[in-house]
Amino acid sequence: MNILYDEHLDGAIPMPDRTALLHKLSIRVPDLHILRTDEELKPYECDGLAAYRVMPLLVVLPETIEQVQRIMETCHELNVPVVARGAGTGLSGGALPLQQGVLLVMAKFNRILEVNPEGRYARVQPGVRNLAISEASVAHGLYYAPDPSSQIACSIGGNVAENAGGVHCLKYGLTVHNLISVEIVTIEGERITLGCDALDAPGFDLMALFTGSEGMLGIVVEVKVKLLPKPQVARVLMASFDDVEKAGLAVGSIIAAGIIPGGLEMMDNLAIRAAEDFIHAGYPVEAEAILLCELDGVESDVDEETARVQEVLAQSGAIAVQIAKDEAERQRFWAGRKNAFPAVGRISPDYYCMDGTIPRRELPGVLKGIAALSEKYDLRVANVFHAGDGNMHPLILFDADQPGGLETAEALGGEILELCVKVGGTITGEHGVGREKINQMCAQFNDDELELFHAVKAAFDPKRLLNPGKNIPTLNRCAEFGAMHIHRGELPFPELERF
Amino acid sequence: MSATQMNQSSPNRPGDRLSAASETALLEQVCEALNEGSALNIQGGNSKAFLGRTAQGNVLDTKIHTGIVNYDPTELVVSVKSGTSLAELESILAEKGQSLPFEPPHFTENATVGGMVAAGIAGPRRPWVGSVRDFVLGTKVITGHGKLLRFGGEVMKNVAGYDLSRLMAGSFGCLGLITEVSMKVLPKPRHQRHLSLSCDQHTALKKLTEWAQQPLPITGACFYQDQLYLRLEGGEASVNNFADSLQGVELDPQFWHDLKEQKLEFFNNPEPLWRLSIPADAKQPSLQGDCLIDWGGAQRWFKTSDTEAQIRNQATELGGHATCFTAGITDQPFQPLQPLLMRYHKQLKAQLDPKGIFNPGRMYSDY
Repeated sequence: MNILYDEHLDGAIPMPDRTALLHKLSIRVPDLHILRTDEELKPYECDGLAAYRVMPLLVVLPETIEQVQRIMETCHELNVPVVARGAGTGLSGGALPLQQGVLLVMAKFNRILEVNPEGRYARVQPGVRNLAISEASVAHGLYYAPDPSSQIACSIGGNVAENAGGVHCLKYGLTVHNLISVEIVTIEGERITLGCDALDAPGFDLMALFTGSEGMLGIVVEVKVKLLPKPQVARVLMASFDDVEKAGLAVGSIIAAGIIPGGLEMMDNLAIRAAEDFIHAGYPVEAEAILLCELDGVESDVDEETARVQEVLAQSGAIAVQIAKDEAERQRFWAGRKNAFPAVGRISPDYYCMDGTIPRRELPGVLKGIAALSEKYDLRVANVFHAGDGNMHPLILFDADQPGGLETAEALGGEILELCVKVGGTITGEHGVGREKINQMCAQFNDDELELFHAVKAAFDPKRLLNPGKNIPTLNRCAEFGAMHIHRGELPFPELERF
Repeated sequence: MSATQMNQSSPNRPGDRLSAASETALLEQVCEALNEGSALNIQGGNSKAFLGRTAQGNVLDTKIHTGIVNYDPTELVVSVKSGTSLAELESILAEKGQSLPFEPPHFTENATVGGMVAAGIAGPRRPWVGSVRDFVLGTKVITGHGKLLRFGGEVMKNVAGYDLSRLMAGSFGCLGLITEVSMKVLPKPRHQRHLSLSCDQHTALKKLTEWAQQPLPITGACFYQDQLYLRLEGGEASVNNFADSLQGVELDPQFWHDLKEQKLEFFNNPEPLWRLSIPADAKQPSLQGDCLIDWGGAQRWFKTSDTEAQIRNQATELGGHATCFTAGITDQPFQPLQPLLMRYHKQLKAQLDPKGIFNPGRMYSDY
């Protein structure tokens, strides 16, 4: 798709006067660090979705909440769009800059303000890295549970904006389940606390609404997260299967046995081979699928659950089950999974990562559907799957240097997401809609639902200055997107079975 | 506006969300209210009517819309129509060894699932497993624009669009009429022990703070009159090991039911009942009267004749807020919001319910 903001499809936005903006900022926020030359702006032209690149009007790097407030006031007054950015690791182009907009980079907010073991919380600035919170808490035997694969680099402000997940979500929840309060600055420059120090807050649950709102409703300037006691023991079992469907059914059987694993991940043969080649995790390269099942908690409980899971896996037709014999081997098993994306990157010039979620029972059908689409588009797809919570990451292998390479990959990806919606799933489990999946939103929501999303937006940002063109498509865009499909007469590849 | 009017969507766009005749009936009532400009007072089992303010408007009864829409135990998800009895839902989950782990109180036997979500009240397990909203995955809602819409879904992870489903939890019907809700459910714990220990309040709070920093199988912690009541749940060995180390007295598990349903002797005291939601490790609020501590310290119930101002000041000073659970004591049972926050509440209400038909005045006199 055309990644540039398109006023015909995305709605009119003002064309700001750059000189007037710079002048006003220099008066209102005199010490503000501003980047303005092409050389300075270039590193910010994309986030983790590197295929999409746009040069911003300006980059501002505030250091205090007051500066953020003054910037927002100024932009609000001059009608300048604002795109917020944390560490820039997002995979859906949520922090893709706008030619007509300021890119608000929160990287300088990198301090952990407080780790309180008695209250089991950490108060941090939004630019603090996800993993840094757990590292700062480890001395107290505590940690921050959500662990997106990018946790070494991604920032907590971005985690809030995207409602980031990770491999431990089924048991420990998403970002939204692990927040105590969030401080935000509105487009008008006001500072508000959502949530409170207690387990609930009076009024509507605006903290839940803001979590995952992709910088469309306000700017996160401080976050108080819940810390959990570190489980005594974590043990990983790796089961190999000669059939993907059997692996999928084993997942349901583990849960039916009353066990909620700390992590439950699945990889298909292509992903296994790529990861093994890269990390040497000890994965069985001949297996059609592997399941990684992590059990954590008090040692005696983990022993008990390990025995049960082994039994379930055997009954489910696993050809081999291996328990990581020590912490080093456990880390190695996980390293293969956590590096699956870069591993796939080594076997293909480019790859495109999808993020659909489906009811687990639909897995066999969806995998077959993906295989059929892969064949039709003549592009390989490696499947990495948060099996416990139904979140799939098909990785589409393509070559961007080939004419139409990216477009074909996008078309295949779009069809995979529509397949997820058809079986009752969603186009994004944890990466967000951003710019990337703006068209697929039209497949998941009808016009009235989208209108209600726009109404929510209007309650906080009536001038549509925060991150325009992301997350929620206009009805015009959906009309166009829908029409595009109909103009072809029918859906592409009508012979494909649709689930 | 007609309830049966179909959305005009292209063939590959999602369309009409109607699924049942009773849903059509609810939609028609809302559309009628919109046309007449009359307010609606949404009622399920009316079990939580005593809490909050009284909404003005014609009663809209959700109990015509009942039934389990979908339940697949291995998916850990159940979808239920909002008028379904909470007791019925819990018994269906129990047949499969599962439950709503946040232990919602019923208060009366006809409590409904919709009311449970709208009130957003969780029981003793709350600090350890999460709140009502933490388990909401999706909703179908009739909006203030007279549309039946679907948000979220039946999957664990879903970040497409704003999270309107979780916003509905605890909104007391002020943002729309919930017709269906999809919830995450969990297997019941494998093993349980229930104990009481004799100790003073200071010691109890100190111990709870210490234990909270360790991976212990506590899922209930209540203190009243020099007794610390504990519930331990998990694997047999870990529960028994910790239980045996405590040297407490075995407790009748009925205690936790009576606690969540407010049937313990403490709740019979005729003084007004106030709930202070404060950090678990906060010091004890200096208020007169009788106090029962739940949620490991994070929820402190007071039977007190202190003034509303005294109670609210204490709660705010300690980082939390106070709610009056006895009807007729104050015109603002929920903690008043800061003006700026209230402005955004009103703007959100005005956007989602522009004609103000849903439960006006139920939470605050402002909307």
